[in-house]
Amino acid sequence: MSESTIDVLPELKQIVGAMLFAAKEPLSIKRIRKAMIETGSGFGGPYEQYAKVTESQIEGALELFQEDLLKAKVGLDVALVGGAYRLQNDAVCGPFVRALLEKNQTVRLSKPALETLAIVAYRQPCLRSEIEEVRGVSVDAILRKLMDMQLVRVVRRSELPGRPWLFGTTQRFLEHFGINSIDDLPGSQELKRGITGDEKKVATPTFPEMEKELEIQ
Amino acid sequence: MDLIKDDYKVSLDVFEGPLDLLLYLIKKDEVDIYDIPIGRITDQYMEYLQLMKVLDLNIAGDFIVMSATLMLIKSRMLLPAEERRDESEEEEEDPRWDLVRQLVEYKKFKDAADYLEALEMHMENVFGRESEHVELGDSPEMDIRDASIFDLISALNDALGRVQEEELQEIFSEEYTVSQKVTYIIENLKIAKRLNITDLFAGMHSRMEMVCTFLAVLELIKLNRIAAVQEGHFGQIMVEPRKPELSAEVESEAPVQVDQELF
Repeated sequence: MSESTIDVLPELKQIVGAMLFAAKEPLSIKRIRKAMIETGSGFGGPYEQYAKVTESQIEGALELFQEDLLKAKVGLDVALVGGAYRLQNDAVCGPFVRALLEKNQTVRLSKPALETLAIVAYRQPCLRSEIEEVRGVSVDAILRKLMDMQLVRVVRRSELPGRPWLFGTTQRFLEHFGINSIDDLPGSQELKRGITGDEKKVATPTFPEMEKELEIQ
Repeated sequence: MDLIKDDYKVSLDVFEGPLDLLLYLIKKDEVDIYDIPIGRITDQYMEYLQLMKVLDLNIAGDFIVMSATLMLIKSRMLLPAEERRDESEEEEEDPRWDLVRQLVEYKKFKDAADYLEALEMHMENVFGRESEHVELGDSPEMDIRDASIFDLISALNDALGRVQEEELQEIFSEEYTVSQKVTYIIENLKIAKRLNITDLFAGMHSRMEMVCTFLAVLELIKLNRIAAVQEGHFGQIMVEPRKPELSAEVESEAPVQVDQELF
């Protein structure tokens, strides 16, 4: 391990770039840091400085890396999706990449499906009845479909009579729409609990309240 | 073959609900959502509902519930304000308020859905190293994008209105079938590539024939064979074939066999 042919130590920016390129899935800052600490302490010597890297340093390096990519116009970009970074193509080159990968299918979600998803996303964890209240129609079939697509999942059962399921969105939902977190959706504060929210709070405890309750038990 | 069955029905719940219809009517009439002319909107709502019954669309109970709600609001609006107050000890409240609140909230989520749609379209052009997109295939019910079901019904309504016909004998007529009209539309689109929906109804003199044609349009949209696109809100509706590679991909196990020689 100690013998190294590398004379010049790489910058943080280079390292994160290399990692993003090699990784098949999005990388969290924690994961990048873990690999750097491992390398740093494993190699020792001048490499030890890498073991001291902080999360904010990595974040800065990622930003720099992205800046350089965009400045150089090499057809690549970095995106923060679902709490992890990934290397992706520049959206303007999308049509070419799509042709290359033969992903010409452009079947998208229908309006009703998107509406249902939006309600689940903003109101999660939410009951099926809450979704139906907003949409004014039964959402049984659509909800099942969205679950098949792994865009929606059952979070847990609620404490209400009959213990109905509570639904939420998945990591895949974030990836499909390229969102980092639900809070990044516009107007999320306003939409999270509607005008009827106060009345409902009694019936459906919010997330932290629920956790507390469980702890007590 | 599915389409020949007598009990053929287009299930509406995969399309839109009563709130969509109300928002549609409000937008169409350009009325203020906070001051809905309840009588007029109710009448229009019932008219659409009636038409949907004629079409034998599988009207969800939700549509009926909403019509009852509208009736109730309408009747309460007729009561003088004092009597209303007596009834429910509370402060006087506009009987429309609950509905308005629901509509406004629903509208917000519709906007949120539009935002998601924009994100989705953006993401179609973005590939990561894993380049794995959520597979949305085999969901033919997931597509009626440009013209809403109500736009389509509206077009049919216009067409029906134009025909002053020899109605009565028509009811028992078995002359027309949906599958026959499916073929008719496909054949026409082969030649024309793009058709105004009103042209589809041109030359038809019976309600039954129009209704069958209309159901054929819905079925083809559902199966992703054609798209109904609209030039602006409440504009002309055009019907056109979907991209060939797409239809081939999506509908490998299509329930309709006429598909063999499509486009």
